[in-house]
Amino acid sequence: MERTEAELIAAVLKGDAASFEPLVQKYSPRVFATARRYARRESEVEDIAQEVWLKAFEKLGTFRGEAPFEHWLMRMTVRTCYDFLRGHQRNREASFSDLSDMETDWLERFAAAPETAGEEAEAAKLLIGRIMERLSPQARLIITLMEIEDRSVKEIAQLTGWSAPLVKVRAFRARSEMKKILAKIAKEKYL
Amino acid sequence: MNVTRRGDAASKNSNDMNLAELQKKLITAARADARGDHVPYAFEKRVTALLASRVPPHSLDAWVIGLWRAAVSCIGVALVCGIFALCTSASTGGTNDDLSQNLDNTLLASVDQSDQAQ
Repeated sequence: MERTEAELIAAVLKGDAASFEPLVQKYSPRVFATARRYARRESEVEDIAQEVWLKAFEKLGTFRGEAPFEHWLMRMTVRTCYDFLRGHQRNREASFSDLSDMETDWLERFAAAPETAGEEAEAAKLLIGRIMERLSPQARLIITLMEIEDRSVKEIAQLTGWSAPLVKVRAFRARSEMKKILAKIAKEKYL
Repeated sequence: MNVTRRGDAASKNSNDMNLAELQKKLITAARADARGDHVPYAFEKRVTALLASRVPPHSLDAWVIGLWRAAVSCIGVALVCGIFALCTSASTGGTNDDLSQNLDNTLLASVDQSDQAQ
Protein backbone atom coordinates (compact mmCIF):
# COMPACT_ATOMS: atom_id res chain seq x y z
CA MET A 1 0.00 0.00 0.00
CA GLU A 2 1.30 3.41 -0.93
CA ARG A 3 2.14 5.58 2.03
CA THR A 4 0.87 9.13 2.32
CA GLU A 5 3.15 12.14 2.34
CA ALA A 6 2.57 12.69 6.06
CA GLU A 7 3.52 9.06 6.79
CA LEU A 8 6.66 9.34 4.70
CA ILE A 9 7.70 12.55 6.46
CA ALA A 10 7.02 11.00 9.87
CA ALA A 11 9.15 7.98 8.94
CA VAL A 12 12.01 10.19 7.78
CA LEU A 13 11.85 12.15 11.02
CA LYS A 14 12.10 8.87 12.95
CA GLY A 15 15.36 8.13 11.14
CA ASP A 16 14.25 6.16 8.08
CA ALA A 17 16.15 8.07 5.38
CA ALA A 18 14.90 5.67 2.66
CA SER A 19 11.38 7.06 3.09
CA PHE A 20 12.66 10.34 1.68
CA GLU A 21 13.14 8.79 -1.76
CA PRO A 22 9.46 8.80 -2.84
CA LEU A 23 9.27 12.49 -1.93
CA VAL A 24 12.37 13.24 -4.02
CA GLN A 25 10.90 11.27 -6.90
CA LYS A 26 7.55 13.04 -6.74
CA TYR A 27 8.69 16.63 -6.44
CA SER A 28 11.99 16.69 -8.33
CA PRO A 29 10.36 17.70 -11.66
CA ARG A 30 9.07 20.91 -10.01
CA VAL A 31 12.41 21.59 -8.36
CA PHE A 32 14.25 21.10 -11.67
CA ALA A 33 11.78 23.25 -13.62
CA THR A 34 12.29 26.10 -11.14
CA ALA A 35 16.06 25.72 -11.04
CA ARG A 36 16.21 25.87 -14.86
CA ARG A 37 14.75 29.38 -14.72
CA TYR A 38 17.84 30.59 -12.86
CA ALA A 39 20.70 28.44 -14.08
CA ARG A 40 21.63 27.77 -17.67
CA ARG A 41 24.05 24.87 -17.42
CA GLU A 42 22.55 21.50 -16.60
CA SER A 43 25.32 20.76 -14.07
CA GLU A 44 24.36 23.93 -12.17
CA VAL A 45 20.69 22.97 -12.29
CA GLU A 46 21.53 19.58 -10.83
CA ASP A 47 23.65 21.16 -8.08
CA ILE A 48 20.76 23.44 -7.12
CA ALA A 49 18.28 20.55 -7.03
CA GLN A 50 20.64 18.47 -4.91
CA GLU A 51 21.18 21.37 -2.54
CA VAL A 52 17.41 21.83 -2.22
CA TRP A 53 16.88 18.20 -1.26
CA LEU A 54 19.74 18.16 1.22
CA LYS A 55 18.37 21.28 2.88
CA ALA A 56 14.86 19.82 2.85
CA PHE A 57 16.12 16.70 4.59
CA GLU A 58 18.06 18.64 7.20
CA LYS A 59 15.19 21.03 7.92
CA LEU A 60 12.35 18.55 7.67
CA GLY A 61 11.85 18.88 11.41
CA THR A 62 10.73 22.49 10.88
CA PHE A 63 7.94 21.41 8.52
CA ARG A 64 4.79 21.67 10.62
CA GLY A 65 2.37 20.20 8.12
CA GLU A 66 0.02 23.19 8.22
CA ALA A 67 0.63 23.95 4.52
CA PRO A 68 1.27 21.35 1.80
CA PHE A 69 4.78 19.92 1.67
CA GLU A 70 5.08 21.19 -1.91
CA HIS A 71 4.69 24.84 -0.81
CA TRP A 72 7.34 24.41 1.87
CA LEU A 73 9.65 22.77 -0.65
CA MET A 74 9.11 25.46 -3.29
CA ARG A 75 9.99 28.16 -0.75
CA MET A 76 13.22 26.32 -0.12
CA THR A 77 13.81 25.94 -3.87
CA VAL A 78 13.32 29.63 -4.62
CA ARG A 79 15.59 30.64 -1.75
CA THR A 80 18.26 28.19 -2.89
CA CYS A 81 18.02 29.58 -6.43
CA TYR A 82 18.40 33.10 -5.04
CA ASP A 83 21.48 32.04 -3.09
CA PHE A 84 22.82 30.51 -6.29
CA LEU A 85 22.27 33.78 -8.18
CA ARG A 86 24.03 35.75 -5.46
CA GLY A 87 26.94 33.33 -5.46
CA HIS A 88 27.29 33.24 -9.25
CA GLN A 89 27.09 36.86 -10.29
CA ARG A 90 28.84 36.81 -13.64
CA ASN A 91 30.12 39.75 -15.58
CA ARG A 92 26.95 41.83 -15.49
CA GLU A 93 28.64 44.89 -16.94
CA ALA A 94 29.58 43.21 -20.20
CA SER A 95 28.50 45.01 -23.35
CA PHE A 96 26.02 43.70 -25.87
CA SER A 97 28.42 43.93 -28.77
CA ASP A 98 28.62 40.13 -28.82
CA LEU A 99 24.99 39.63 -29.82
CA SER A 100 24.58 36.96 -32.47
CA ASP A 101 23.39 37.86 -35.97
CA MET A 102 20.09 36.22 -35.19
CA GLU A 103 19.56 38.42 -32.13
CA THR A 104 20.68 41.55 -33.96
CA ASP A 105 18.30 40.78 -36.82
CA TRP A 106 15.45 40.28 -34.42
CA LEU A 107 16.18 43.59 -32.71
CA GLU A 108 16.37 45.37 -36.03
CA ARG A 109 13.12 43.82 -37.13
CA PHE A 110 11.55 44.95 -33.88
CA ALA A 111 12.93 48.46 -34.27
CA ALA A 112 11.61 48.72 -37.81
CA ALA A 113 8.20 47.24 -37.14
CA PRO A 114 7.57 45.76 -33.68
CA GLU A 115 4.72 43.56 -34.86
CA THR A 116 7.01 41.65 -37.24
CA ALA A 117 9.33 40.50 -34.47
CA GLY A 118 7.67 37.42 -33.03
CA GLU A 119 7.93 36.47 -29.38
CA GLU A 120 8.25 32.82 -30.32
CA ALA A 121 11.49 33.43 -32.21
CA GLU A 122 14.58 31.68 -30.89
CA ALA A 123 16.42 35.01 -31.06
CA ALA A 124 13.97 36.61 -28.62
CA LYS A 125 14.50 33.75 -26.18
CA LEU A 126 18.26 34.07 -26.44
CA LEU A 127 18.07 37.82 -25.96
CA ILE A 128 15.89 37.66 -22.86
CA GLY A 129 18.28 35.03 -21.48
CA ARG A 130 21.18 37.43 -21.92
CA ILE A 131 19.26 40.30 -20.35
CA MET A 132 18.27 38.18 -17.35
CA GLU A 133 21.92 37.31 -16.80
CA ARG A 134 22.76 41.02 -16.67
CA LEU A 135 20.17 41.70 -13.96
CA SER A 136 21.07 41.77 -10.29
CA PRO A 137 20.03 38.62 -8.37
CA GLN A 138 17.14 40.45 -6.69
CA ALA A 139 15.88 41.89 -9.95
CA ARG A 140 16.20 38.56 -11.74
CA LEU A 141 14.30 36.75 -9.02
CA ILE A 142 11.49 39.31 -9.00
CA ILE A 143 11.20 39.52 -12.79
CA THR A 144 11.12 35.73 -13.02
CA LEU A 145 8.50 35.30 -10.33
CA MET A 146 6.32 38.29 -11.14
CA GLU A 147 6.59 38.74 -14.90
CA ILE A 148 7.49 35.32 -16.25
CA GLU A 149 5.73 33.05 -13.77
CA ASP A 150 2.95 35.60 -13.24
CA ARG A 151 2.84 35.27 -9.46
CA SER A 152 1.14 37.73 -7.14
CA VAL A 153 2.95 39.95 -4.65
CA LYS A 154 1.57 37.83 -1.81
CA GLU A 155 2.87 34.61 -3.35
CA ILE A 156 6.29 36.16 -3.97
CA ALA A 157 6.40 37.40 -0.40
CA GLN A 158 5.70 33.87 0.84
CA LEU A 159 8.24 32.29 -1.47
CA THR A 160 11.05 34.73 -0.78
CA GLY A 161 10.36 35.57 2.85
CA TRP A 162 10.30 39.30 1.98
CA SER A 163 7.46 41.54 3.12
CA ALA A 164 4.81 42.53 0.55
CA PRO A 165 5.89 46.22 0.49
CA LEU A 166 9.50 45.12 0.00
CA VAL A 167 8.44 42.91 -2.91
CA LYS A 168 6.68 45.92 -4.52
CA VAL A 169 9.71 48.15 -4.07
CA ARG A 170 12.04 45.51 -5.45
CA ALA A 171 9.69 44.86 -8.38
CA PHE A 172 9.73 48.56 -9.24
CA ARG A 173 13.52 48.63 -9.07
CA ALA A 174 13.77 45.42 -11.11
CA ARG A 175 11.62 46.81 -13.91
CA SER A 176 13.65 49.99 -14.09
CA GLU A 177 16.88 47.94 -14.03
CA MET A 178 15.57 45.94 -16.96
CA LYS A 179 14.57 49.08 -18.83
CA LYS A 180 18.08 50.47 -18.34
CA ILE A 181 19.56 47.31 -19.85
CA LEU A 182 17.19 47.50 -22.80
CA ALA A 183 18.08 51.16 -23.28
CA LYS A 184 21.74 50.18 -23.21
CA ILE A 185 21.15 47.62 -25.94
CA ALA A 186 19.30 50.19 -28.03
CA LYS A 187 22.09 52.69 -27.51
CA GLU A 188 24.90 50.25 -28.27
CA LYS A 189 23.22 48.91 -31.35
CA TYR A 190 21.77 52.01 -32.87
CA LEU A 191 23.81 55.01 -31.76
CA MET B 1 24.74 57.77 -42.26
CA ASN B 2 23.25 54.47 -41.36
CA VAL B 3 25.18 52.38 -38.90
CA THR B 4 23.20 49.21 -39.19
CA ARG B 5 22.51 46.83 -41.98
CA ARG B 6 18.90 47.80 -42.45
CA GLY B 7 19.36 51.43 -43.19
CA ASP B 8 15.95 53.03 -43.26
CA ALA B 9 14.66 51.22 -40.27
CA ALA B 10 17.78 51.55 -38.20
CA SER B 11 18.22 55.26 -38.63
CA LYS B 12 14.99 55.98 -36.83
CA ASN B 13 15.66 53.33 -34.17
CA SER B 14 18.08 55.00 -31.84
CA ASN B 15 15.74 56.86 -29.57
CA ASP B 16 12.43 55.81 -31.01
CA MET B 17 12.67 52.17 -30.01
CA ASN B 18 9.69 51.40 -27.86
CA LEU B 19 11.43 49.95 -24.83
CA ALA B 20 8.21 49.13 -23.01
CA GLU B 21 6.97 47.16 -26.00
CA LEU B 22 10.37 45.48 -26.35
CA GLN B 23 10.29 44.49 -22.68
CA LYS B 24 6.78 43.10 -23.10
CA LYS B 25 7.80 41.04 -26.13
CA LEU B 26 10.88 39.67 -24.42
CA ILE B 27 8.92 38.73 -21.30
CA THR B 28 6.42 36.92 -23.51
CA ALA B 29 9.34 35.15 -25.17
CA ALA B 30 10.66 34.10 -21.75
CA ARG B 31 7.23 32.75 -20.80
CA ALA B 32 7.15 30.71 -23.97
CA ASP B 33 10.63 29.36 -23.29
CA ALA B 34 9.69 26.37 -21.19
CA ARG B 35 12.94 24.67 -20.21
CA GLY B 36 11.23 21.46 -19.16
CA ASP B 37 11.00 19.59 -15.89
CA HIS B 38 12.89 16.43 -16.76
CA VAL B 39 14.93 14.88 -13.99
CA PRO B 40 18.26 13.12 -14.59
CA TYR B 41 18.16 9.34 -14.44
CA ALA B 42 18.20 7.90 -10.89
CA PHE B 43 18.51 11.36 -9.35
CA GLU B 44 16.43 10.30 -6.33
CA LYS B 45 18.74 7.31 -5.76
CA ARG B 46 21.73 9.62 -5.78
CA VAL B 47 20.13 11.98 -3.28
CA THR B 48 19.15 9.12 -0.98
CA ALA B 49 22.66 7.65 -1.13
CA LEU B 50 24.12 11.06 -0.33
CA LEU B 51 21.74 11.47 2.59
CA ALA B 52 22.52 8.01 3.94
CA SER B 53 26.21 8.88 4.04
CA ARG B 54 25.41 12.12 5.87
CA VAL B 55 22.90 10.85 8.43
CA PRO B 56 24.29 11.66 11.89
CA PRO B 57 24.50 8.76 14.36
CA HIS B 58 21.66 8.36 16.83
CA SER B 59 22.05 10.65 19.87
CA LEU B 60 22.33 7.67 22.28
CA ASP B 61 25.03 6.14 20.10
CA ALA B 62 26.92 9.39 20.22
CA TRP B 63 26.75 9.35 24.04
CA VAL B 64 27.96 5.75 24.21
CA ILE B 65 30.85 6.50 21.87
CA GLY B 66 31.77 9.63 23.85
CA LEU B 67 31.65 7.85 27.19
CA TRP B 68 33.75 4.96 25.92
CA ARG B 69 36.37 7.39 24.66
CA ALA B 70 36.37 9.19 28.02
CA ALA B 71 36.68 5.88 29.91
CA VAL B 72 39.62 4.75 27.79
CA SER B 73 41.33 8.12 28.32
CA CYS B 74 40.80 7.89 32.10
CA ILE B 75 42.24 4.37 32.22
CA GLY B 76 45.25 5.56 30.24
CA VAL B 77 45.86 8.50 32.59
CA ALA B 78 45.45 6.21 35.65
CA LEU B 79 47.97 3.73 34.23
CA VAL B 80 50.52 6.45 33.49
CA CYS B 81 50.13 7.92 37.00
CA GLY B 82 50.39 4.45 38.59
CA ILE B 83 53.55 3.62 36.67
CA PHE B 84 55.04 6.99 37.55
CA ALA B 85 54.24 6.50 41.27
CA LEU B 86 55.74 3.04 41.29
CA CYS B 87 58.88 4.21 39.54
CA THR B 88 59.42 7.17 41.87
CA SER B 89 58.86 5.09 45.02
CA ALA B 90 61.29 2.46 43.76
CA SER B 91 63.96 5.03 42.96
CA THR B 92 63.64 7.00 46.23
CA GLY B 93 63.71 3.80 48.38
CA GLY B 94 63.39 4.49 52.17
CA THR B 95 62.57 8.16 52.03
CA ASN B 96 58.84 7.38 52.22
CA ASP B 97 58.85 7.68 56.01
CA ASP B 98 60.57 11.06 55.85
CA LEU B 99 58.05 12.30 53.37
CA SER B 100 55.12 11.23 55.48
CA GLN B 101 56.74 12.72 58.56
CA ASN B 102 57.33 15.99 56.72
CA LEU B 103 53.69 16.05 55.60
CA ASP B 104 52.52 15.47 59.19
CA ASN B 105 54.80 18.22 60.50
CA THR B 106 53.54 20.69 57.88
CA LEU B 107 49.88 19.94 58.45
CA LEU B 108 50.17 20.00 62.21
CA ALA B 109 52.54 22.96 62.39
CA SER B 110 49.85 25.37 63.52
CA VAL B 111 48.66 22.97 66.27
CA ASP B 112 52.25 22.51 67.51
CA GLN B 113 52.80 26.27 67.59
CA SER B 114 49.65 26.87 69.66
CA ASP B 115 50.71 24.09 72.10
CA GLN B 116 54.13 25.64 72.53
CA ALA B 117 52.64 29.05 73.17
CA GLN B 118 50.53 27.67 76.03
